Amino acid sequence: MIVNDKTIPSRPAPAANRGVIGWLRENLFATPGNSVLTLIGIAFLLWAIPPILQWAVLEADLFGSDKNACTSEGACWVFVSARFQQFIYGFYPDAELWRVNIFFAEMTAVLVWVLWDKMPKRMWGGIWFLTGFPATSFMLLYGGAFGLEVVDTHKWGGLMLTLVISLVGMVIALPVGILLALGRRSQMPAISSFCTVFIEVWRGLPLITILFMASVMLPLFVPGDIELDKLIRAMIGISLFEAALIAEVIRGGLQAMPKGQYEAADAMGLSYWKGMRLVIMPQVLKISIPGIVNTFVQLFKDTSLVLIIGLFDLLAVMQAGIADVNWPNIAIEAFVFTGFVFWLFCFGMSRYSLSLERKLDTGHKN
Amino acid sequence: MHSELEQVEIKENIMQAHDHHQDDAAAPSHVAAETMIELTGVNKWYGDFHVLKDINLTVRKGERIVVCGPSGSGKSTMIRCINRLEEHQEGIINVNGVALTNDLKNIEHIRKDVGMVFQHFNLFPHLTVLENCTLAPIWVRKMPKKEAEEIAMKYLERVKIPDQANKYPGQLSGGQQQRVAIARSLCMNPQVMLFDEPTSALDPEMIKEVLDVMIELAHEGMTMICVTHEMGFARTVADRVIFMDGGQIIEENAPEPFFNNPQSDRTKLFLSQILSH
Ligand SMILES: Nc1ncnc2c1ncn2[C@@H]1O[C@H](COP(=O)(O)OP(=O)(O)OP(=O)(O)O)[C@@H](O)[C@H]1O
Ligand SMILES: [Mg+2]
Repeated sequence: MIVNDKTIPSRPAPAANRGVIGWLRENLFATPGNSVLTLIGIAFLLWAIPPILQWAVLEADLFGSDKNACTSEGACWVFVSARFQQFIYGFYPDAELWRVNIFFAEMTAVLVWVLWDKMPKRMWGGIWFLTGFPATSFMLLYGGAFGLEVVDTHKWGGLMLTLVISLVGMVIALPVGILLALGRRSQMPAISSFCTVFIEVWRGLPLITILFMASVMLPLFVPGDIELDKLIRAMIGISLFEAALIAEVIRGGLQAMPKGQYEAADAMGLSYWKGMRLVIMPQVLKISIPGIVNTFVQLFKDTSLVLIIGLFDLLAVMQAGIADVNWPNIAIEAFVFTGFVFWLFCFGMSRYSLSLERKLDTGHKN
Repeated sequence: MHSELEQVEIKENIMQAHDHHQDDAAAPSHVAAETMIELTGVNKWYGDFHVLKDINLTVRKGERIVVCGPSGSGKSTMIRCINRLEEHQEGIINVNGVALTNDLKNIEHIRKDVGMVFQHFNLFPHLTVLENCTLAPIWVRKMPKKEAEEIAMKYLERVKIPDQANKYPGQLSGGQQQRVAIARSLCMNPQVMLFDEPTSALDPEMIKEVLDVMIELAHEGMTMICVTHEMGFARTVADRVIFMDGGQIIEENAPEPFFNNPQSDRTKLFLSQILSH
């Protein structure tokens, strides 16, 4: 019997299949039909891109302080630069903006620490992300301790608010979703029916309804003397909605696990929770990455719905800007810019999830 | 696994009838010192389907048992009852002096001492070969990582694949994976090894490498129960061969008389079918 224990390095492809020519031949002109489609595609791009480029870049106005600075035909990005502070910070007081900046810096640092596999001690990064980071962020943004002035949540807004709501949603939704998914599959009828009802109720409601109910109905159920902040109510609603969606993604992953994995974990004496933590969940999370990230991307965009209950996220700030009489006919620029910012974040998430999938691929396909 | 906690509740009714019965049997003193596994009057049903019918089987320490029989005869079910992957509804199962009841402590205790090798290996694809081997020693036996790794390397050497330690299971051949699975079980230093058709998912040229490891293990005195249709293996190492059909043990004998002079017609029929190719 011949067993080769060493990996044989792949040899380079024959010359005709290599390089630019080879790539073009293989990917764009492989068959006549393929070539026709390629040519149509090129024609479309030639037709569409120049006008867009002209409007967005070549003929655009970038600097100035009001609408009068926009003299040319193209986009009036002056609007964006003039209102930049509001887009990022909402109505956060000028003198306290440094606090938000520190929050942004900490967020970037901790995300890089957790998400980049070359960083040391990522476990601690994760723990900080789930404990220290929320605590320090709250302290920074809300204040009320260490001599920091309280900044009420109705002054929060813009990109900062969008990020805060999304992060809180994701951080709560993932663990709660995992527990809900496990609970739904539990053989204890009380637990499984509770989880099933919870998931189905939250998943079946439109997020808009949840937000309305959170802002109008939740106060009715909470004892009179406790007044829950509107932002917190919205966050609870969004997080639980998100958790229900994540739970279903995770449940799909659990169902895809071969029975043998549970049995092997059982047979070696691992308890239920150890088996889940060490054997089942790592695999389930791995196969669920596309679904989880899809849900997160969805949530990130859906945070813009909070504008209907009077919270000023990125989109709401934009809309307020459009309504400003000093900035007539600015809607296109406003929406293009907002859309671009949302897209940038979502695209980042999606690229990261792809690279994660590649990294976690251990060659096991079944 | 999800059933460990819940089983208690669900099966309570069924088990109540046997509770005092089993409590008596739980005392180790009832079991002779050299008895490793003892099944007494074990019955099991899947709904209306009677899978195991009054199974009685005693396995002494160091004994090698081969179980064979036609498909669906309950071989897997029987050995899976021994480590509680399946629950029996009637009768007593004693493993190394501990009775299998709904008591989670007993179940986990028994599973520590009983290794199992599956037809489809069931290695953990997200862990390297070495991590597969050290997982249970670290988390169940609470062994320090270093020590667990040393032991794992020792067993990986014994199954002749120490150089694959840092690969993932998906990068190994079937025969190599099965040998890892055997090493993984051995790392827990089990008292008994259960094999459920360990070679039937393998290509013919890989069967031998796995059987060789199993034969070596048998010669070292490991107590083994092995469901297999490898009759050559049964002849070489088995102390006893057990033939099952329709959920019953039909015949039980040393390999020589079992193969040369089977008693029941069903055994004869089975042997003629399995030995004809
Ligand atoms: N979870 C289950 N629910 C219902 N019936 C089952 C279940 N598991 C097994 N059975 C049935 O129990 C019988 C015995 O199954 P078992 O797997 O023990 O057979 P086996 O002797 O191992 O067969 P094989 O050689 O094919 O592995 C079969 O008829 C099977 O269909
Ligand atoms: Mg079987």
